[in-house]
Amino acid sequence: MKSAVIVFPGSNCDRDVAVALTRITGTAPAMVWHGDQAIPNVDLIVLPGGFSYGDYLRTGAIAAHSPVMGEVKTRAAKGVPVLGICNGFQILTESGLLPGALVRNVGLHFICRDVHLKVESADSMFTRRYKKGQQIKIPIAHADGNYRADAETLRRLEGEGRVAFRYVNAKGEATEQGNPNGSANNIAGIFNEKRTVLGLMPHPERAIEQLLGGSDGRAFFEGIAA
Amino acid sequence: MTVRPEANMETLAREFGMSAEEYALSVEIMGRTPNVTELGIFSVMWSEHCSYKSSKKWLRKLPTTAPWVVCGPGENAGVIDIGDGMVAIFKMESHNHPSFIEPYQGAATGVGGILRDVFTMGARPIANLNALRFGDPKHPKTRQLVSGVVAGIGGYGNCVGVPTVGGECTFHPRFNGNILVNAMTVGLARKDKVFYARAAGIGNPVVYVGSKTGRDGIHGATMASAVFGAEVEAKRPTVQVGDPFTEKLLIEACLELMATDAIVAIQDMGAAGLTSSSFEMAGKGGLGIEIDLDKVPQRETGMSPYEIMLSESQERMLMVLKQGREGEAERIFKKWELDFAVVGTLTDTGRLVLKHKGQVAADMPVAPLSEQMPEYARPWVPSPPRPMVDASTVPAPDDIAAALRTLISCPDIASKRWIYEQYDHMVMADTLQRPGGDAAVVRIHGSDRGLALVTDCTPRYCDADPKMGGAQAVAETWRNITAVGAKPLAVTDCMNFGNPERPEIMGQFAGCIEGMAEACKALDFPVVSGNVSLYNDTGAVGVQPTPAIGGVGILDNLRVMQTIAIKAAGNALLLIGETKGHLGASLYLREVAQREDGAPPPVDLTAERRNGDFVRDTIRTGRPLATHDCSDGGLLIAVAEMAMAGGIGAALTIPASTVPLHAFLFGEDQARYVLEVPEADVAGILARAKAEDVPAAKIGTTGGAALTVNGAWAISVGDLKVANEAWLPAYMAGKA
Repeated sequence: MKSAVIVFPGSNCDRDVAVALTRITGTAPAMVWHGDQAIPNVDLIVLPGGFSYGDYLRTGAIAAHSPVMGEVKTRAAKGVPVLGICNGFQILTESGLLPGALVRNVGLHFICRDVHLKVESADSMFTRRYKKGQQIKIPIAHADGNYRADAETLRRLEGEGRVAFRYVNAKGEATEQGNPNGSANNIAGIFNEKRTVLGLMPHPERAIEQLLGGSDGRAFFEGIAA
Repeated sequence: MTVRPEANMETLAREFGMSAEEYALSVEIMGRTPNVTELGIFSVMWSEHCSYKSSKKWLRKLPTTAPWVVCGPGENAGVIDIGDGMVAIFKMESHNHPSFIEPYQGAATGVGGILRDVFTMGARPIANLNALRFGDPKHPKTRQLVSGVVAGIGGYGNCVGVPTVGGECTFHPRFNGNILVNAMTVGLARKDKVFYARAAGIGNPVVYVGSKTGRDGIHGATMASAVFGAEVEAKRPTVQVGDPFTEKLLIEACLELMATDAIVAIQDMGAAGLTSSSFEMAGKGGLGIEIDLDKVPQRETGMSPYEIMLSESQERMLMVLKQGREGEAERIFKKWELDFAVVGTLTDTGRLVLKHKGQVAADMPVAPLSEQMPEYARPWVPSPPRPMVDASTVPAPDDIAAALRTLISCPDIASKRWIYEQYDHMVMADTLQRPGGDAAVVRIHGSDRGLALVTDCTPRYCDADPKMGGAQAVAETWRNITAVGAKPLAVTDCMNFGNPERPEIMGQFAGCIEGMAEACKALDFPVVSGNVSLYNDTGAVGVQPTPAIGGVGILDNLRVMQTIAIKAAGNALLLIGETKGHLGASLYLREVAQREDGAPPPVDLTAERRNGDFVRDTIRTGRPLATHDCSDGGLLIAVAEMAMAGGIGAALTIPASTVPLHAFLFGEDQARYVLEVPEADVAGILARAKAEDVPAAKIGTTGGAALTVNGAWAISVGDLKVANEAWLPAYMAGKA
């Protein structure tokens, strides 16, 4: 299982996801600087969390035009899996690899805390170690995680089973109270048509051991490694 | 700034905040009348903020050494040995005046500045903390200040990717006109890879990296050295604007260059910008420095030498490289898209020479500026002692549970979740103990050891009795580190006081220092770095004296780490330490009895040490299930916090004694801890406590959904949580 983590100026979860990949897949990822146009031959490309380009203009907007993204799109078109976490998800929507947009949280504040998620689909390399409908606890840390898309796109995402994770309350219900940022349909993560590209706002790499407050993110990386 | 006739220089000196004597001394050092640029340099170098001229005499009384101290005060930050070839580098600093004027940018640049102090020395920052004091919640400015400061701290810290893991936040009308925003950064470095500011090597290039210089923050250090008057709003242009994105790049670029051996010396440009950084480096190396100001990267055109030298534009560093290594360094900074310019060289003249458009803009001796820096033994009067409050004269509440509810929801004790959830406290994936406990615990990356980090101070105690308050601030810091199971190692301090020209304020300063010094000595807890912020007054009202303490401890075995949460029903609760029922200057007195008088609880440093060492040993050998110290609000608040964190109740049985029940429950006696232990371990722990002369007693049992006292009063843990969590979000929404 070979992977590459793309490092943009302002990425700050690049090390965290590299640690998780190394510990759980057994192989350290290649760290690829955004200015490089070449990505090694890998089985997975990761766009990490952080504040690429300081979130200037819009979150993910400038990174989406960075030199390396041309190659990321080419690989994605060839079916190479691409994972975007937090700012990585924002870059994926800005670059058109995933539909919709992530706008300012309804409460307007940055929010860092554990949230409850429901795994909506176990049918992908990222979610195969979970059960469909399983409830997990993973931290979020973002100011712009409010997922928005037009009604037709939402209908398609739901109809095609492309919602990967949904925010829920402690009882597992997708209520307003269980929705930390106002996302449409409580969406926390979505796939592309082939389920080879996943974008999600929560940080599974921060939940890989009990000492950190939870290990529900381990299965995510175990799925990738399998 | 236009050139003024020499006759006006003395008037200008006054505008720059210099006294007549200081101006005369500057003329004597120069041997002529200084020009505008030179005078500007004198004024910032000798500002209270940069020179510590009122406080130096007292700061010398603090203990600063221990076998594990690698570098004490005087460098950018303190350095301590934490074993395994690693050091922790840390410091706390104030950004009070700018944060009151422009809360978002003031607080943000406070975080940026303290981060630079730490990574300048070669450390990767691993944690931020803060200590915040605001005015009365009812004051019309308070809500906006809380909102702006918290957003500013989060906006900067979140973007640079350093977790904000802890802090404190309290309110009092004495901070209505002057809030306190103190920020602390802790970093890790290899012991053989620490960088200092001492310049060396005549002919070595002086290099400027980071952001461009603009006209922001000019004379910020002088502004921070004056009392606020009616014209506060007019000072907004002296507040700098931060760019955390550039800071993140600067951290990565500096650490990348530091992995080589190209750097001789490095110093961040903080207060007084290029002026203090060049003086610091040349002064420490006993050398001269020549700078060509035309080579300084500038954001605006037409900047004068005065403006370039006094700008406090953020995210800039000055360094001395080995000759011939410029290309290698430049490649790294260009990769990170940062400015890089060779702006000067080290000389053997002992003078700072500034060139601008082919002319000499300034030519000043380096050493005399620091050697002959004014130092004042300002007159001081001790604070009048306050009488002890006899607990039997303080009315008991009709309902203990109602008093508990009042305290658990009062602004100082109410949950600060609304604040810390706006900070990314988990990035770097090593935060093992999140905000809300006694101390944050951050793992040393890739190891099974951690650092325990905390900030503490109780300004109302310092106001009541500066010496006792100073000692208490240190003791509580030490206690909080102990309560998570760590060994306390060293502190940084941030001394926030009013106008030092007033003898009663200097008396507070002297008293706090005396108390801190005694506590630091008794607890082997030296001060390795710090900052002084004076002139925190508006009109005649000064802030409550606030010597904020930032503590660092080492947890050698993460498996014994304690949290405050009750773990299970049916366990015993032990109280360690003696309870005399001190209600003077307590929160019970203020929030329930509506009085703010009395002496604070005495700090017995021998008992503090003995009880704390006992608790730490018990944690390491006996593995209690939960540990919490007793502080604001006393024993009952401590137990309530344990119950809320664990979602499990407790039944307290307070032994009959001469101490009235409400004083036993709400008194703020020091050197106390509450431990949750299995019933089977109680006898052994109590026997060991007796043998070591440590007061200890069983005071209750865990379990149930409520907290009850002597079977007579009860409040459900759910209700406690609601009361504790509700106040701050409601207040910030304008509903409380």
